[in-house]
Amino acid sequence: MLELKHVWKSYRIGALGSKRLTAVRDVSIDIAPGEVLSVVGESGSGKTTIGKMVLQLTSVTRGEILLDGEDVTAHGHAERKAYYRKVQGVFQDPFSSYNPIFKADRIFETVRESYFPGVKRAEWTARVEDVLQGVRLDPGSVLDKYPHQLSGGQLQRMLIARALLLDIKVLVADEIISMLDASTRIDVLNLLGELKERGLGVLFITHDLSLANYISERVVIMRHGAVVEAGATGKVFTDPRHPYSRNLLASVPQLHRKWSDGTAEPEALEPDGDRDVAPPPLTEVDEHHWVAAAP
Amino acid sequence: MSAEVVLQTERIGRRHEHLYFALRNPKVAIGLAIVLALLLLGLFGPFFLSDSPNEYVGPKSEAPSGEYWFGTTYFGQDVFTQFVHGLRSSYLVGTLGGGISFVIGLAVGFTAGYRGGMVDEVLNMITNVVLVLPALAVLIVISSYLEVRGVVSQAVIIGIFSWPWVARAVRAQTFTLANRDYVDLARLTGKRSWQIIVREIMPNMASYLLMSMILLFGGAILFAAMLDFIGLGPANAVSLGTMMQQSMAWSSLHLGMWWWFVPPGLAITLIVGALYITNVGLDEVFNPKLREM
Ligand SMILES: Nc1ncnc2c1ncn2[C@@H]1O[C@H](COP(=O)(O)OP(=O)(O)OP(=O)(O)O)[C@@H](O)[C@H]1O
Ligand SMILES: [Mg+2]
Repeated sequence: MLELKHVWKSYRIGALGSKRLTAVRDVSIDIAPGEVLSVVGESGSGKTTIGKMVLQLTSVTRGEILLDGEDVTAHGHAERKAYYRKVQGVFQDPFSSYNPIFKADRIFETVRESYFPGVKRAEWTARVEDVLQGVRLDPGSVLDKYPHQLSGGQLQRMLIARALLLDIKVLVADEIISMLDASTRIDVLNLLGELKERGLGVLFITHDLSLANYISERVVIMRHGAVVEAGATGKVFTDPRHPYSRNLLASVPQLHRKWSDGTAEPEALEPDGDRDVAPPPLTEVDEHHWVAAAP
Repeated sequence: MSAEVVLQTERIGRRHEHLYFALRNPKVAIGLAIVLALLLLGLFGPFFLSDSPNEYVGPKSEAPSGEYWFGTTYFGQDVFTQFVHGLRSSYLVGTLGGGISFVIGLAVGFTAGYRGGMVDEVLNMITNVVLVLPALAVLIVISSYLEVRGVVSQAVIIGIFSWPWVARAVRAQTFTLANRDYVDLARLTGKRSWQIIVREIMPNMASYLLMSMILLFGGAILFAAMLDFIGLGPANAVSLGTMMQQSMAWSSLHLGMWWWFVPPGLAITLIVGALYITNVGLDEVFNPKLREM
């Protein structure tokens, strides 16, 4: 359904845009309906940039992004607006996603203004309450409140509810639970699982491997803007082939192991090289399991 | 404290909370009262007085009396009539000059801060150039070349030169606010850039905008008075500054005609001072940390 084909992104940085920083290099991924695809990687590996390109919040430098086979790049405001009926996002920081001087339920109102100006107030209220119940929130306790009066978990679920008002096909979820506490994390995570049942494709961006393992069938591991390993979650997790993936997996704290038991030495990785050359190609090492060749 | 009291303050709401504290702040109340009182005088006074403040109506150099409230000038013009008309043109200059620079400052600041990149660098360069221009010198040159110097043209010139500091501050704040996720979310709701600026970014700096509007207004009045005083005021109208200039030119100080130069000087000081006090008060309102306990 959603497909990224050899996507590159360079940011202009420095005075007068004199320098360039290549944040995403030759990334090709795809998401099918009813699937959660996890994108995992360390800080700065370009995960958020991918999400922003899918959401057309930043331009694609090279390559293309397709939705149902058509290039998504919007020409003009109307096309862009139409695209957002189908593709929506939720971001990392729930408190930054709400304008602090307005009530939190304003996010629903702006959707109505933009997309459903003709819908009667009463019917709209019913729809909002409906989607709120869909994300297991009590409308009475979250409507008519300011963002600071609500918890991070409630705010994130309201953002998911907002996306559901639009009958979307793809949801970009960028670290949506990294700022929540453990008890609300699992609720929001399970909610993503339900979206999957409804037939949505979810691009789940995280730096936490265990979350990726929990929620998704397929995972993409990124480093320095390029994909180093990709495939079925089970295979990548049980049999990581790239040294970076092995290090990532080894660094996940485990319940039965203590720090005092000693930590495994991380494997040596090749340093960040010239980002403008194409990254090493992926080779299929097993069915549904691709690894970047050693350079 | 009973639960009822809590409920009531809760109901005032955050928006009204500011208004409530603003009007209860003595600085804001006093400042606004002075500015409004003089505004009303300038606005409605001329309707009850002569239309031509430069008319020679009475005896020369009369001290204030029941008939000529503020006395008369060296030539026998009524100082009160001039004063009221002068107030009017000072407010006009303040509103127009301040308004023009406010609009330019906001447009430049929001565009630069929101668009970023090349647009920002170009606008920022222009802002810096206008900022370091010796505005007074430029104004003197332009004013002295103008064929007809009127209140409006003076206000326009002042407006065109006093926006840079607003643009810079607005740009800096817009930079910060434009990176908030709710701005991205508004884009994802199909909002246009100007809608995002007006509806998401501007409300977050409302207090700052209000305060800079006040400062621009006061600054324009002061600047105009300065130009008038050095003889570059409107040729066809009376302003507080031209009154000062005339009174000095005809040595009212030596002649002891205090009623000629004290009212305009005092009015300018009062207006600008009151605006300043209002601003300090508003600062306390918007920054609760400064609120006196
Ligand atoms: N607007 C921008 N302008 C310039 N460089 C940027 C911009 N946004 C991101 N970058 C750079 O691009 C690289 C990738 O950033 P990105 O935010 O995509 O990483 P990430 O994988 O999401 O990291 P994190 O886990 O910290 O969120 C980083 O080096 C970052 O500094
Ligand atoms: Mg990120």
